[in-house]
Order: sequence, then C-alpha cells, then structure tokens
Amino acid sequence: MIPEIGHFALLAALAVALLQTLIPLAGVWRRDSRWMAVGASAAQAQFALVALAYVCLTWAFVERDWSVAYVAANAHSQLPLMYRMSAVWGAHEGSMLLWMLMLTGWAAAVSIFSRSLPRDVQAQVLAVLGTLSIGFLLFILLTSNPFDRHFPVPADGRDLNPLLQDPGLVIHPPLLYMGYVGFSVAFAFAITALISGRLDTAWARWTRPWTTAAWLSLTLGITLGSWWAYHELGWGGWWFWDPVENASFMPWLVGTALIHSLAVTEKRGLLKSWTVLLAILAFALSLLGTFLVRSGILVSVHAFATDPARGVFILSFLAIVLGVAFALYAWRAPRFVAEGELRLFSREGLLLLNNVFLVIAAAAVLIGTLYPLVVDAFGLGKISVGPPYFNAVFLPLAAPLAFIVGLAMAVGWKQVRAAEIWRRIRWPLLLAALAGLCLPWLLQRRVELLAVAGGFLAVWTLVMAFEEPWRRWRARGAAGLMQTPRAIWGMSLAHFGLGLWVLGVTFVSLYSIERDLRLAPGQSAELSGYTFTLAGVEPYVGPNYDADRATVTVSRDGRLLAELYPEKRLYRAQNNVMTEAAVEHNPLRDLYVALAEPLDNGDWALRIYVKPMMRLVWFGGVVMALGGLLALSDRRYRLARVAREHAQTAAGVPA
Amino acid sequence: MRLRYLLPAAVLLLLVVLFLFGLQHDPRIVPSPLIGKPAPAFALRRVGEETPFTRDDLLGRPLLVNFWASWCAACRVEHPLLMELSRSGIEIVGIDYKDSDAEGLRWLQRHGNPYRSIVADPQGRMGLDWGVYGVPETFVLDAQGTIVYKQIGPLTEAAWREQVAPLMAAGDEG
Repeated sequence: MIPEIGHFALLAALAVALLQTLIPLAGVWRRDSRWMAVGASAAQAQFALVALAYVCLTWAFVERDWSVAYVAANAHSQLPLMYRMSAVWGAHEGSMLLWMLMLTGWAAAVSIFSRSLPRDVQAQVLAVLGTLSIGFLLFILLTSNPFDRHFPVPADGRDLNPLLQDPGLVIHPPLLYMGYVGFSVAFAFAITALISGRLDTAWARWTRPWTTAAWLSLTLGITLGSWWAYHELGWGGWWFWDPVENASFMPWLVGTALIHSLAVTEKRGLLKSWTVLLAILAFALSLLGTFLVRSGILVSVHAFATDPARGVFILSFLAIVLGVAFALYAWRAPRFVAEGELRLFSREGLLLLNNVFLVIAAAAVLIGTLYPLVVDAFGLGKISVGPPYFNAVFLPLAAPLAFIVGLAMAVGWKQVRAAEIWRRIRWPLLLAALAGLCLPWLLQRRVELLAVAGGFLAVWTLVMAFEEPWRRWRARGAAGLMQTPRAIWGMSLAHFGLGLWVLGVTFVSLYSIERDLRLAPGQSAELSGYTFTLAGVEPYVGPNYDADRATVTVSRDGRLLAELYPEKRLYRAQNNVMTEAAVEHNPLRDLYVALAEPLDNGDWALRIYVKPMMRLVWFGGVVMALGGLLALSDRRYRLARVAREHAQTAAGVPA
Repeated sequence: MRLRYLLPAAVLLLLVVLFLFGLQHDPRIVPSPLIGKPAPAFALRRVGEETPFTRDDLLGRPLLVNFWASWCAACRVEHPLLMELSRSGIEIVGIDYKDSDAEGLRWLQRHGNPYRSIVADPQGRMGLDWGVYGVPETFVLDAQGTIVYKQIGPLTEAAWREQVAPLMAAGDEG
C-alpha cells in the first residue's frame, strides 16, 4: 500500500510540474500576476509530493518490503538501519528519486527565498525548473520506477553493494546531487535572462547566492567522495580520474568559473554573455554527468547501476534541454552589451583569465573522459585514458591558476597602478618563495623542484587570501576588519582553503611512500621511521559480513602511536570481499594500513602507506565550502532584497 | 561575428552524435583475439580421475566449453540454464578452474551436473592460454575445434538465443 502511495505521489507531482511550467509562462505572456503567482505554490506542492514519494520508498526499505523489486535488490534483512535508509539511493531508481527531491527542493527554495524578485522573473525561473521536473519525472515513471512490485516475493533481499556500506556514502551522494542539481537554478536564471533579454547587475546579484549554494554543496560532495574512495577502495588513492569522478569535477570547475564571472558581471556589467554561457554549461555538465553515469556508456569503478535503454531517454532529454538553451543563446546573447571596457591588468581581467583556465581545464577533463568513446566510434579499438593524461594536462593549467588567484586579490577593479600592486605583493612573494624552499626540507628532508613550486604557490595563495582584510586592517585597524563584509571574508576563506588543498596535493603526491609486505603475526617492518607490527589476525563477525580483523601497532622511536584494525570483509549475501583499510592521521601525515590477502603459514600480505599532509586535501575542500557558506550569509543579499521590496511597493509595480 | 554564438550548439550536436553511437556499444565487450582461431592445445585430466583429457577430445562436434569453479558465485546464476541445455542434448565440457577436485565434485553433487566431461584445471593453466579473465566464461567451439564465440560472465537466456544457438546449429551443418 505504502509504495503505491509513493507511486501515486510521483504521478501527482508530474501533473503539478505541468502546471508549474505552463501557467506562469502564460501569466507572463498575458501579464497576469495571479497566473504568475501559481509558479510558487506549484513548486512547493511539487516538493511536498516528491518528498512524500521519497519517504514512502524509505519506509519500504526500513520495513524490508521485499515485494518492491528495488528494495529487494538493494537491501538485506541483516543490513543495519542506517544503511537501509541510505540504500534508497544505492542504485539507479532511487538515485533518480533523490535527484528529483533535490530539484524540487531547489525550486521550492527559490519560491520561498526569492519572493522579492520581480514577479515575471520568478515566474519564468520556476517555469524553467518545472520543465526540468517534467523531464525527470517522466524518466522515473517510464523507465525507472522504484516502486515496481515483484512477485513471487523473494525470501530475502540481495543486499546493498558492499562498497556503499560506509558512513561516508551516507552523506556523499545527497551533497553531490544537491550541488549538481543546484546549478539548475543558475541555469533557470540564465534562460530567463535570454528570454527576457534583460541582463543587468541586479540579475547577477539574484543569481550569485544560488550559484554559491550549489557550488559549496558540490565542493563538500566531491571532498567526501574522495575521502570515501581513500579508505574504502583500499588502494590508498584519493582521486582516480574515474569517469564518474570527472563527471562531478567538470561542473565544479565550470561552476567555480561561473561564481567569478558573476562577480565581474555584478560589479562591472561586463562578460554578460560569457556568464550566461557558463551558467548553461555548468548545468549542462551536470546533466552530462548524470547521463554518463546512468547510461553505462563508460565503464568505471562506480558503474553499479547502468542500463543503455535508459541512456536513450536521458540523451534525448539532454539534447532537447540543451539544444533549446544553446539555440536561445545563439539568438539572444549577441544583444547583451558590455557597460564598460575590459582591461587585462585589472581584477576583472585577471578573473577572466582565471575563467579561461578553469574552462580549459574542464574541457581537458571532458576530452579525456570521452576520448575512449571517440576512439571506439572510429573503430580504432578500446582504450582507457588514465591518470597520466589527466595529471599531465591538469598540472600546467592549475599552476598558473593558483598564481592568478593570489595576484587578483591585490589588484583592484578597473585599472590599477603597477607600482601600487608591487608594493602589495612583494612581501607575500618573498615569504612564499622562502616557505617554498624551506618546507620540503623541514618536513621531508628531501627537496624536489615540484615540491618547491607547489609549496610556493600554496603559501602564496594562503597569504594573499587575506590580503584584502589585511589592507583594511592597516588602513583602519579593528574597525576596518569589523566592517569587512562577509562576502569578502568568505572569499578569503575559500582561497585559503584552496591554498591548503594545493599544499596537501603537492606533498601527498610527491612524498607518499608505499610498501607491500609479507608479515607473520609478531613480525614488524619499518617504513619512513615508523615501525608497523602485525600483532595478530582474528576472525570478526559483523552484522551482515564476516571478517578477518588484523591488529597492527604503529610506533616511532619506541613510542606507541596507534593501534590499527584493518579488515578483510566477506559480505554474506553477495559473497563479496571488501578491504576495509585503517588509518591513523594527524594534519602532517596519514599512516594507512590495508590487509591484502592471507598467505600460507598464517602470514598476511599487507599494504602500508605513509602519506604526508593527506588530510589537508580534504580539509582544504571543507574550508572552501565554509568560505562559500560565509559568503552566502552576507547581509548584502538580504538588504538588497529589502530595498527592492520597498522600491516596488513605493512604485506600485505589479509585474 | 554572430557565428561564434552558435559554437556551443555545434559542440552539443557533435556530442549527441557521439553518444548515440556509444549507446549502441557495450563498453564491457572486450573482443577476444581467439575468435575464429583454433582452440589452444592443452593436456589436463578429468576431475577426480587420472584419465587424460586433451584438445583432441573436443573435436568432431560443436560443443560448449564452460569455465566454472565451486568458489564462483556467478556460476550459480548460469547453472539452471546450463542444466536445461544439457537436458536438451547440448554437450557442455566443464573446466573446473583453479579449484580442488573434491570441492568441485561436491558442488556438482549439490546443484546438479550439466557437464558431459569435467576437466580439472587446478592451476588455471588452460584458462591462461584460453584468455580467461574470470569465471564463468563460455566458449563455443565448432566441429573443427575453432572458437566461434566467447561469453564473458554468466551465459544468459538472451545470449544463448541470439548468439550461441545459431552458431551451434551452423556448426552442426558444417
């Protein structure tokens, strides 16, 4: 009964989505503000209905309703409650429902928090979001209904993919989807601007907080995903350039570019058509990512839910949505005129340069991801593009980017005097150069050219991140700091996070040490000053798996640092063997132990890594997201709204 | 000047064409270089016996060579289909891959034996020569001992109907 309610809620949501698209658009056409207002209530109703469907599916999982085919395929009677709830998005059908929940959630948020937008703008934005809803609801209902029943009812479920039974995976997909789907709002604003032909600084100010919110969710989602892969896949890697990872990284790169180009459009009225294009592209890449993951067109470690038949549907949807968007762009964008002149050596010029780097990086990732498909299409065989390509392409793009990030902080809008800039950057430059030279020696006793370059860029970014607050403090002391808007603090924090990330990536890539060992219980081995001792291996019985659990002690100079319990798990329902690595960490290094396999005589093969500054990679990501959050809370967005409301009531503007 | 605004649409069109192609190709299909070639020679013994079994024992009639193991979960998936085929008179040779004779026989006792001959490949040496990635894999051989098809993973109803059965029929005539 409950699953049928969920199914019915989805059908009702489809009807509401149709209303949300058609009536507000007709309202804009007829200049009827009551018709336009339907968009907001429809968006909220649709969110309620999809949330109801989502709760119904969760209920089926919690109650172990094996008659629902999707539940039976992705849960097991012994699966713990937490994973039964996260199993909702453990495979294709539920993932799409989560997608829908996010999409309608964003639309409902727009209907609530953007109440003060001009009515026709809000109506069009919600109508565009409604169109997207129609497409995805049809997709779920026609090709991937999670509520389908299956008879005869199996005795037990087939269990959730063991890879997904991890606390990191409980929050990673929702955050990632929130980010992916969040770019739909910027997309809807872009389409609205193209339809109405109005693109001014107000438009940029409306779009900015939504873009930042989507971007920060995506940042957190990617960071969590990387952390999950690190300790769940047991390879000690944190980024694999896997097609599915790339699918989330491309919208992130373009979304980052969008945030910066929106700043230029708001402050200077420049780069208008470029900003609109980026807004479309960010969402286009999100759709593309969904298509790549869901169609099974590319093979990856993540390909646990693929079906080519569904691919055709998403591809048609993608072609229609983006076809219309790009056609509108080709038709309307030429009319957006810049309100000033762009000089390269100014903040807007540097931001444009950084945009170009980000977009080229995204294009490089796209080419690498799709290249195997192209090669196959021309009948040249099957190949896969691996980390060597991506690292070789990405590094030369990222390095100048990091330098510009620091430099742009010291350069003002419009034009600036070179002497002034030099005065601002000479001490940070010197500091960064010194730190770049010293850090590798101090921390690793081994200096490599790349480490010096990476250390320089990292410290440069870290120091320059607070250039503006520093200047305000120099000028007016504590009062200057107090009056610094949160948007500036957010930017500083996000750039500081980037610096931490660069530092982490540099050191972990250049100075990681790994060793494959054969140890008998009681034996120990030394790696980079740490002594790893295998104390013993014991059987361990988990809720839905049996494991061999090793006890490994790590000591340095005779002092015990940690006791680690890496596991080799056999999940009963699917007979899958999983490696559960154990990690001891502090900000300067990770000690990572994974059980490989049992050898004869009770010996075990172990894999051990010492990874310097590994934590900074994820910590940097989290700090970036916090920066986004801080910028989002800037009162400017709220004040601007209040002011506009007053202006509207004063002028008595209906629409 | 206006043309550059059409660029995104053009790129989209190219990508859609590429994806349309991609959707018709399963990226998991790795073409086997052995298809159309004579099956590699091997000299093994039957499971639980010392009776030798070589490539010559495969000649003279079309048959299926199925690599399986008692430790292989996916082999359970295709097992009912193999039983059905065996009942309908299709000859299946089972290669017990990287397995012990006792375990293999116990597995067949419990689930049923679809194989006319069961061959032991405890070290996986034959599997290596035949290019086996993992079990189960099924090779279709014609009467001359040429490999005409290879199924990676469990043999499915659809694969049997669309790919294997026509080849077996053709092999009978030739």
